[in-house]
Amino acid sequence: MQQIINFVLRNKTFLVFLLLFGLSLFFTIQSHSYHKSKFVNSSNMVTGSVYQVANGIGQYFNLADENKALLEENRMLKTIVHNLKLDTIKLSVTDSLKFNSSYKFRSAEVYKNSYSQTTNYLTINKGKKDSIKVDYGVITSQGIVGIVENTSRNFSSVLSILNTRSRINAQLKKTNHIGSLVWNTESAEFAQLIDISKFAPVAIGDTIVTGGQSTIFPKGVLIGTVNSFKIDTGGDSYIVNVKLFNDMTNIGHVYVIENLKATEIKSLQKPKDD
Amino acid sequence: MTKATLNIAARFVVLVLVQVLIFNHINFMGYINPYIYILFIILFPANNNRTLFVFLAFLLGFFVDVFSDSGGVHAAASVTLAYVRPVFLKFSFGTVYDYQSIKFNQTDFSSKLTYFSALVIIHHFIMYSLEIFNISKILLILQKTLFSGIFTIILCLIITILFSQKRK
Repeated sequence: MQQIINFVLRNKTFLVFLLLFGLSLFFTIQSHSYHKSKFVNSSNMVTGSVYQVANGIGQYFNLADENKALLEENRMLKTIVHNLKLDTIKLSVTDSLKFNSSYKFRSAEVYKNSYSQTTNYLTINKGKKDSIKVDYGVITSQGIVGIVENTSRNFSSVLSILNTRSRINAQLKKTNHIGSLVWNTESAEFAQLIDISKFAPVAIGDTIVTGGQSTIFPKGVLIGTVNSFKIDTGGDSYIVNVKLFNDMTNIGHVYVIENLKATEIKSLQKPKDD
Repeated sequence: MTKATLNIAARFVVLVLVQVLIFNHINFMGYINPYIYILFIILFPANNNRTLFVFLAFLLGFFVDVFSDSGGVHAAASVTLAYVRPVFLKFSFGTVYDYQSIKFNQTDFSSKLTYFSALVIIHHFIMYSLEIFNISKILLILQKTLFSGIFTIILCLIITILFSQKRK
């Protein structure tokens, strides 16, 4: 017994090192599996408040860009509204209303954005208090940003599409060929669309949008355009390099999307999986 | 004694804040960020309690991790760095490193450069290995280690030179 105590006392630095290193490895492995990064994430009170103060100072530098983006978005929405008004006589109004009522949009401000790591996250200033929940989609007026992964009372952390763990259902705009949007860590401007059938008529310049298969994003949210594509090593699908519409390095305000029918869709899909 | 403790505590807080608010957002050439918070580990007084030092290094890395959503990669790298530091103190400063009473601003530049480079490269290698977590991307790990490492070493040297002159 005496010897065991002596051994512990003699090697206490080494034991503390082993313990702490093991703990950090545990955190690291947890953060690599989806929905398990519960302990270490920036959506808590302390980091949220620090980023809030920093953002309060920093946001003034981006006001010009933000204004331009808002103006552009306004122009687009005005175009849609005024064109719709002309068509409402012909179109049935209920159709468009039905579409809109399945999704609820909330605006939020980005407090922290990273894009230089391989696992990137954003922190936004809305949380449980504003009924933001895990698995809500996050977009800007230009395109998709990511998916909410953790929420606290006032803040949420968002899994960016620039993250090796991100996998988003996407499709070609002109046909219904679907694939998955992933990121190969090389550039913040490009993401990759994989598993898209080689029968799909892919051409450079085609638009890629979100597919309707996930319950997170509505169908047809803009992602980017085809920059280049090649057949993957298996030989039966394309790997498409997608140039993102969003400048992921400069994101100020975002919209969080709630799918009001997510639970209904999920409960319908569940028995099929078994 | 209390003044030294206060000094260390202030250094801890300032380095974490400067790291997460400024140096995490530099993104030079797209992805190169310096990690200057390890100056805390590099410059920690050598004659202090080693167990406490390892624990403080863990806390330092942990705070940076929480702010940058990176799991435990900074904590793991910092803890390792704190644990292996005595080896590199001996290796770099040799005979000057006698009885654990070293003053970093009185050593000559070349041994300081060796010491800084060795620690920074080790830290960055562990950090990027854990962050990327994929042995088939070893080239990416080495590339990031090298470029970020050079950036960190230069910045750390500049910061130590600036602040040591102020004290005299």
